[in-house]
Amino acid sequence: MKKRRNYNLILGLALTCAMVGLIVMGWLWTPFDPNAMDPASRLQSPSLTHLLGTDNFGRDIFSRVLQGAGATFLIGVAVVLIGGVCGVLIGGFCGYYGGWLDDLLMRSADIITAFPSILLALVIISLIGAGKYRIIIALGVLFIPSFSRLVRGEVARCKSQEYVANARLMGAKDLRVLFVHILPNTFPVLLSSLAIGFNNAVLAEASMSYLGIGVQPPDPSLGRMLSEAQTYFFSAPWYALSAGCAIVLLILGVGLIADGLGGRRRRDRA
Amino acid sequence: MRYVLKKLALLLLTLLIISLLAFLAFQVIPGDPTTKMLGSEATPERVAALRAELGLDQPVLARYWHWLTGCFKGELGLSYSYFQPVETVLSGKIQVTAWLSGLAFLLVIVLALPVGVLLARFEGGPVDKAMTVLNQIVMSVPAFFIGILFTYLFGLVLRWFVPGGYVSWRADMGAFLRYMIFPALAVALPKAAMCVKLLRSSILQELDQDYVRTGYSRGRSRGSVLRHHVLRNAVIPTITFLAVTLADIVAGSIIIEQVFSLPGIGRLLLLSISNRDFPVVQVIVVLIASLVVIINFLADISYQYIDPRIRLDR
Repeated sequence: MKKRRNYNLILGLALTCAMVGLIVMGWLWTPFDPNAMDPASRLQSPSLTHLLGTDNFGRDIFSRVLQGAGATFLIGVAVVLIGGVCGVLIGGFCGYYGGWLDDLLMRSADIITAFPSILLALVIISLIGAGKYRIIIALGVLFIPSFSRLVRGEVARCKSQEYVANARLMGAKDLRVLFVHILPNTFPVLLSSLAIGFNNAVLAEASMSYLGIGVQPPDPSLGRMLSEAQTYFFSAPWYALSAGCAIVLLILGVGLIADGLGGRRRRDRA
Repeated sequence: MRYVLKKLALLLLTLLIISLLAFLAFQVIPGDPTTKMLGSEATPERVAALRAELGLDQPVLARYWHWLTGCFKGELGLSYSYFQPVETVLSGKIQVTAWLSGLAFLLVIVLALPVGVLLARFEGGPVDKAMTVLNQIVMSVPAFFIGILFTYLFGLVLRWFVPGGYVSWRADMGAFLRYMIFPALAVALPKAAMCVKLLRSSILQELDQDYVRTGYSRGRSRGSVLRHHVLRNAVIPTITFLAVTLADIVAGSIIIEQVFSLPGIGRLLLLSISNRDFPVVQVIVVLIASLVVIINFLADISYQYIDPRIRLDR
């Protein structure tokens, strides 16, 4: 059992490092200008010049996938950062101090996490409008409840441990106990759910951009590429396949990491 | 029974709060719907008349009350872009989404339960190893990408259905189902993969328990212990998962309808969002939200009957 778990982690790390390496490369250098149109080489199949072929405007798909994956990756990271930081703060204070505010917030979090996040994101987007930064804000805010619920549970569990009492006896103030002594102990659990959160963010962004209510042109995104590629699927299947496989590889790598970190902790309900 | 009643009261309260929030959310949006309906050059009298007709001249809470009581009478308000009652706009679309979600849910159960149990039964064998890898990959594929692949494979190459086509269930049930099965499968596959993983690991966890060893010591085979003791215990987390999944499936149907151009609630929702047709958006949101809350309520209740040891009230 132990051996298999490491295997997941190694594979996931390798895949993710490869993807991140490609993405970083895409920021610094791409084989072609992702937006340069070349009518002479429309819809070419993959070749040595164009690794993944060209699209309906003659743009190099490999360069575009690199650029799109970079954008999607950044959105995922930003969403997890917003959700994670706010979630740790809210969950930490709720778990440590308890009280009616804790009850209220966690009850609300229970209700919010019961809903599919894509539906809530649709509602928020219909209120504030689409666009790259609005997507990040909408998804980031939606991810706060699940993270805070998780951190709250962990903090509440750690609070009664002996080392907390010891720290207090040594004169540590509440904030120090919470941030220096308790929070680091929640990281193992938090880390794997951050990875799962990243995957959900990538998935939600891709779906919304595919539907046309996420990232708007001219900003790049893998989901938007897929919806464009669908029109040309018969004449250029490699277009949609490249964009889709980029999403799959990104999610697969991070998913394996989450698994390897022991993310099989079941969600505690009620 | 007290527990059920308490849960029911909480359910009704949640529904009320959700409807209020959904209603208020779409009221704070700047912009007057009459400008859109009449154009910017309408006379003030006509605008005032339309505002009175839509009830927009009344205070917000009065409008909410009017809308809420209307909902119980089957009057859901007036669509801004279709100039029709919302219930007319919705009719016929709910069934499409309901069939799609129902079919997808059925597929998740039919695919995941046997596979999950079999993998746990033959844990560590070559089939288990190969399927676990495949499972992890399927889990990572977004449903709409599977939908696109299906359109290509079954629609364009094998020509089992016409991409973008649709046959109403009233016209021909068989053809309707043929158009539904691929979108349903696209929604179901990633969810089924997650369910297989969960089921497999929760069965394996149960197999470590003392009562399993006792079962073996009394001469039972692995299959017999699985059937008679383990499954009943392992199914609880699976039900929790299925309840969450049903909600996800309905949300996933919204996206898949777009891939296969099915005239369901999802396409209507997206269209209404881009048209800023908020009465329609509001009703669809409340509809799906109520569904989610009710599913969770039913799941909570069902635990009691599967495992009477569970008492969720604190």
